[in-house]
Amino acid sequence: MGEDGESPKINHSFLRDYVTEADVISTVEFNQTGDLLATGDKGGRVVIFQRETESKDESEELGESGEYNVYSTFQSHEPDFDYLKSLEIEEKINKIRWLPQQNAAHFLLSTNDKTIKLWKVSERDKRPEGYNLKDEEGRIKDISTVTSLRVPVLKPTDLMVEVRPRRIFANGHTYHVNSISVNSDGETYLSADDLRINMWHLDITDRSFNIVDIKPANMEDLTEVITAAEFHPQHCHLFVYSSSKGTLRLCDMRESALCDKHSKIFEEPEDPGNRSFFSEIISSVSDVKFSHSGRYLLTRDYLTVKVWDLNMEKGPVETYQVHEYLRSKLCSLYENDCIFDKFECVWNSTDSVIMTGAYNSFFRMFDRETGRGVTLEAWRESSKPRAVLRTRRIYNGGRRRRGDVGVDSLDFTKKILHMAWHPAENIIAIAATNNLYIFQDRVNAENL
Amino acid sequence: MFSKGTKRKFSDGGEEISDESLLGARVASSYSLQRQSLLDMSLIKLQLCHMLVEPNLCRSVLIANTVRQIQEEMTHDGSWHMVTEAFCSAGQSPSERLVATEVLCRSREQDAEPKLFSVISYEGCCEEEVVADETLCSVSVSDTVSNVCLAGRMGQCWEKSELSGIERDEEALEDSRLGSGEEEEIDTEDGASTESPKTIGQVFGTFEIKNGSPGPDSALEELFSDVDTSYYDLDTMLTGMQSAPKMGPYDLLDSLAPSHSSPSIVSTPNCRSDLNELDHIMEIIVGS
Repeated sequence: MGEDGESPKINHSFLRDYVTEADVISTVEFNQTGDLLATGDKGGRVVIFQRETESKDESEELGESGEYNVYSTFQSHEPDFDYLKSLEIEEKINKIRWLPQQNAAHFLLSTNDKTIKLWKVSERDKRPEGYNLKDEEGRIKDISTVTSLRVPVLKPTDLMVEVRPRRIFANGHTYHVNSISVNSDGETYLSADDLRINMWHLDITDRSFNIVDIKPANMEDLTEVITAAEFHPQHCHLFVYSSSKGTLRLCDMRESALCDKHSKIFEEPEDPGNRSFFSEIISSVSDVKFSHSGRYLLTRDYLTVKVWDLNMEKGPVETYQVHEYLRSKLCSLYENDCIFDKFECVWNSTDSVIMTGAYNSFFRMFDRETGRGVTLEAWRESSKPRAVLRTRRIYNGGRRRRGDVGVDSLDFTKKILHMAWHPAENIIAIAATNNLYIFQDRVNAENL
Repeated sequence: MFSKGTKRKFSDGGEEISDESLLGARVASSYSLQRQSLLDMSLIKLQLCHMLVEPNLCRSVLIANTVRQIQEEMTHDGSWHMVTEAFCSAGQSPSERLVATEVLCRSREQDAEPKLFSVISYEGCCEEEVVADETLCSVSVSDTVSNVCLAGRMGQCWEKSELSGIERDEEALEDSRLGSGEEEEIDTEDGASTESPKTIGQVFGTFEIKNGSPGPDSALEELFSDVDTSYYDLDTMLTGMQSAPKMGPYDLLDSLAPSHSSPSIVSTPNCRSDLNELDHIMEIIVGS
């Protein structure tokens, strides 16, 4: 907006509520220890939070966990332009994945639609002091003043976090990259776009192996795209990818170089009673995650989350309704494009609880042992720091209790798409538009 | 959104089949109406491309599949058959055709048919096949009165099933596409559909090469000859519209040369025409 010196009485109050598009968080990911939490946003920035370590004495009460504070911020991707197609390439960070830590530095992969980058995050908190030839400011000393020799020592300084790009994996994808996944071998990773999956070596940027290609010879025949992909957490030869038709394909890279032919295909037969024109759209899998054990798969489609057993291909072993009340509203949701929203899903550390997002700043958790689900809200107004999150209910006919939210008053612009669960503890990070919420479990807190 | 359910009567009687269909549409169950509105919505979604950023391929594929699904159902319903018959009647005066087109676009299930194919067939592929057949190329306009008609009929000619035998020429023609498609992009207020105009332009472009004789479009052809062909890669076609130098609708009409006599090809059954495109042009011309 241009500056207007002539009218100083412009009301800028609307700006407070206006969310800069660039600040919308587009991905959240804990590292393997959970000490670091990275978020990416639409403006191409990555913000890393670090958990404050309390003093490790026995008096530390359970539940008094450290808070997460900003550790580092950097610009990962810049807006780009594809001159061949005359199209912009968005700088939005689609996914961040941490590498397992091998030394003092941390490494993460971040990707936008086209380019994947490996970043090294390192700390510097010491600097050498006591040079013989240079003084404290770095100026060369006059030799005649040097009367004795000393060995420079490292002295602590203020912590400095340096982030540097170490690898740039470019030009690997024609279509939009939707997933990256680091292999358990620690050397390779995969990147998946709408039609192809490539495997890269972390040290080699100028070539990648194409391991899945579902692009038809005739683009007219295209009816299915890849929506997500992930490596198995233990078996470095296995990976899974999901499609827009609701199928999951498990591929074994030992079988062939090009894994177009799946080893297993997981597909649930359609329920003829629920068939509609939107059946295919709502069956499209938006996210797939292996359990920590590697035995199960978690998928999210528009209305449900499903748990699949790798040993059983004919259908999921568990299905949880996320927001079944939306089934009668599919046409409106199609009209306003909400039906294409891609929600993520996550496991907890012990694979006993699964979580996914919904609308109106709600997110849902399901306890696999009891089968019960609970609705929680990530909204500034209703949660103060350290307040206990109360469960919410959607009212869709039947008895209405105080505090219930009516289906028709749901705000579909407030969607919880991205989230992460701490790898070891019950700490969750929820991205709600441009806000990041971190919730921690409290000992003796109400159980799910 | 389209104004749905606006039923109009033919002032001049029109054709009987159309009337029947109109009647049929009126008494159609709400299911049919809903299906129609879903179809309209889907087609708009596919064609509305405010593009500087590549559209989401997943979304496009899902919408296209929905459209295909509706189309299949309509085929089974038999309303498909009525559509094709409706379009078979050639020999109307252009003005009648225009009115018919207008009505079809607004209120009838039948108008789904041409749009369907122009969308689903991912037009870029269609064109190459078509051009191999010179006679088809030569269809321009029987009446010089309305170039808009021409646009419709040209589109109709790209009958995929007819040309399935010509697929072998597809590869040969792939390189000859050049940038000729660019000149046909119509920029309308609510977004551009490049299917039909591109079709037309492709015909001219490749017609040039095929016959080797300079036509009225050779100037345009030269103008765009340095444009990268990958620009019109099917991938980009499927993934959305490109922000190419756009021609206004009048440019398109100018480029359509009524230089050939029209055989009865327009009466080919199952012809597709991009009525939606036609509608856009009509709106702009009529200023509605």
